[in-house]
Amino acid sequence: MGTYRSYVTGFIASLILTLSAFYVVWQHISNHHQAFSNSFLIVVIIGLALIQLFVQLTFFLHLGRDRKSRWNLIIFLFMVMVVVMVVGGSLWIMRNLDYHMKPHDAETYIIKDEGLSSH
Amino acid sequence: MSEIIAIKPDSKTFLGFWIYLMTDCVLFASLFATYAVLHNNTFGGPSSNELFDLPFVLAETLILLTSSFTCGLGVLAARMNNKKQVLAWFGLTFLLGLAFLSLELSEFASFIYEGNSFTRSGFLSAFFTLVGTHGLHITIGLLWMFVLMARIARRGLNAISLKRLVLLSLFWHFLDIIWIFIFSIVYLMGVI
Repeated sequence: MGTYRSYVTGFIASLILTLSAFYVVWQHISNHHQAFSNSFLIVVIIGLALIQLFVQLTFFLHLGRDRKSRWNLIIFLFMVMVVVMVVGGSLWIMRNLDYHMKPHDAETYIIKDEGLSSH
Repeated sequence: MSEIIAIKPDSKTFLGFWIYLMTDCVLFASLFATYAVLHNNTFGGPSSNELFDLPFVLAETLILLTSSFTCGLGVLAARMNNKKQVLAWFGLTFLLGLAFLSLELSEFASFIYEGNSFTRSGFLSAFFTLVGTHGLHITIGLLWMFVLMARIARRGLNAISLKRLVLLSLFWHFLDIIWIFIFSIVYLMGVI
């Protein structure tokens, strides 16, 4: 059950997290996409989004606070497992297909990646 | 007015609604996966980098976040059995939700006007499906909110309307969380 305090805390934390993710990306764009490496930005954006997920689940949805919502938590964790399999599996499979089906430069970069000689 | 309504949390209703929300998460996850796979398939059309206007989307995000907050305050007011405050907070939530929806629709309209509708490329099909499904949920939430407010305004607060308000607030917070991921994965990661 929520209190005034929990909603205010959740709101302020979410604002800070949203604005900082935006700020980092905005700095990157303003510096002609040179400020940070792409992998660093992806880690920062996903990390901040996951923290905000946790913040909102705790302070807005009050998940897992009392013992009565234990089942809610278990169903939530089951959903997370399904989501990880669907999203992770799709990306993995499609990436692999993409790797093997690039028509023009497949030969060159597969040869390079796999360390084969071209003859 | 200051009498607190003792709600028996009808755990079956809440559990059932929670299961619905979790299945909706799976629906959104599959749309996110589709988007991630098709993101680079622009078929000669504009890429996400050229298309998205970040400050505009930040405004949308802040509006929806604020509406999630006012929705929570509305539920608190309902627990305190304060009908006037409930109508005020949820009225504000409704207006913010409406503002969010009109910004989203105007973004869609400007894309379509420039010839970049969902038929343009695989990327745009996935984009319109994902963001459009969220917009559809928001529309349904607004409709629900309107009907519930009209009911409370006429008949006052009671245990049943309080239960419905709490379910609506779960739905609304859930949509805000989905939007956080759309903002991060579609928009922020789309322009880097």
